[in-house]
Amino acid sequence: MTEQIIEKIEKIEKKHHKKETIRSSVVLKVYRANRLAGEPGRYERIEVPVQRWTTVLDALLHAKAYKDPSIAIRYSCRMASCGSCGMEINGIPRLACYTKVSELEGSTITVEPLANFPHMRDLVTDFSQFFDHHRDMQPYVQNEHADIKDREKLSEFMQSPEDLDRFLQFSYCIKCGLCYSACPTVATDTKFPGPQALSQAYRYFIDNRDAAGKERMNIVDERHGIWRCHFAGSCSSVCPKGVDPALGIQLLRGHLLGFSKNEKKIADLQERLKRD
Amino acid sequence: MTMLRESQIMKIHYITGIAALLVVAVHIMMRLIMPYSMSLGYENVIANYHNIPYVVLLESILVLIAIHGFNGLRIILLELRQSKAWEDGVTILTIAAMMGVIAYGTRTIIVANGLGFE
Repeated sequence: MTEQIIEKIEKIEKKHHKKETIRSSVVLKVYRANRLAGEPGRYERIEVPVQRWTTVLDALLHAKAYKDPSIAIRYSCRMASCGSCGMEINGIPRLACYTKVSELEGSTITVEPLANFPHMRDLVTDFSQFFDHHRDMQPYVQNEHADIKDREKLSEFMQSPEDLDRFLQFSYCIKCGLCYSACPTVATDTKFPGPQALSQAYRYFIDNRDAAGKERMNIVDERHGIWRCHFAGSCSSVCPKGVDPALGIQLLRGHLLGFSKNEKKIADLQERLKRD
Repeated sequence: MTMLRESQIMKIHYITGIAALLVVAVHIMMRLIMPYSMSLGYENVIANYHNIPYVVLLESILVLIAIHGFNGLRIILLELRQSKAWEDGVTILTIAAMMGVIAYGTRTIIVANGLGFE
């Protein structure tokens, strides 16, 4: 049985195997503009040396360090955890720190700021609207029975692995904004919360520690809410963390349409003092 | 301007879409039981309008497609611009247009049926 599974995985891996191209240098075609100063956009070509493990972020930082220090980039962890370095690489929204130069085709790599976000400077965009949509979904567990203020009474929820599985993948979201950038609805409708916020609404809706499911449903059940998703699925295909926001949106729609049960058994609380 | 929640509107949208598919299929099948040119002959058309079950079918096609189509148009227009005035305007206009089309179509059915004129 295990051998069969391994064989299957190997077959899938072979099918999706990306050919790595080893080069000694690449040309970065970097979008440059300072919107705040009213500068028009232009592309700057910068040649940088690369190695097999060089990521696009490494290449950009090399260009910034040795060729042009004025390139504006937002980055932090360099390991696909913080979600800061999202940009369009060869036209696709990706994390620069998670994209190796060797996995891209051609010797020229075009790097542009994320689409659907207000542009600030070079590769930096404004995330305020994106975070506002996220905040609108009340992305936190709401349960009046859980005392979070009194440390003595600090309580914990009893949650089974099955309960956890229902929302686990959605909690891997790092708020990098790639799905928001890839969403065709967000491109025309700025009031649309976007795949990230909607999948987070589902993540808390389905979490059995949370008791504010109805309120959250009312938030997304608006003219510019969940129903404006066209199910293009591009959000799920660009997510660097394997989250499937399109699935979350469709599952939440199922609850709104009444195909899925809206009532959930709220997880039992166990007071820490009692347990001890 | 929120008489119905968006989920209720979308439920109506999906139900009318599926129902319209069924009634249009019946309508097309009924057109195909005789040669197409004959089916559009004056006497045949008038005879159809005098056949009450068929009239009910035509009216339901009219209502279902008008609701589904104009709501679809409302959705497309809502995504074009984001302002309360635009959204309310689009909603009112599409509902008015939908009611106008249903009223005009129903009038055609009533006139062709001869109801109220005999």
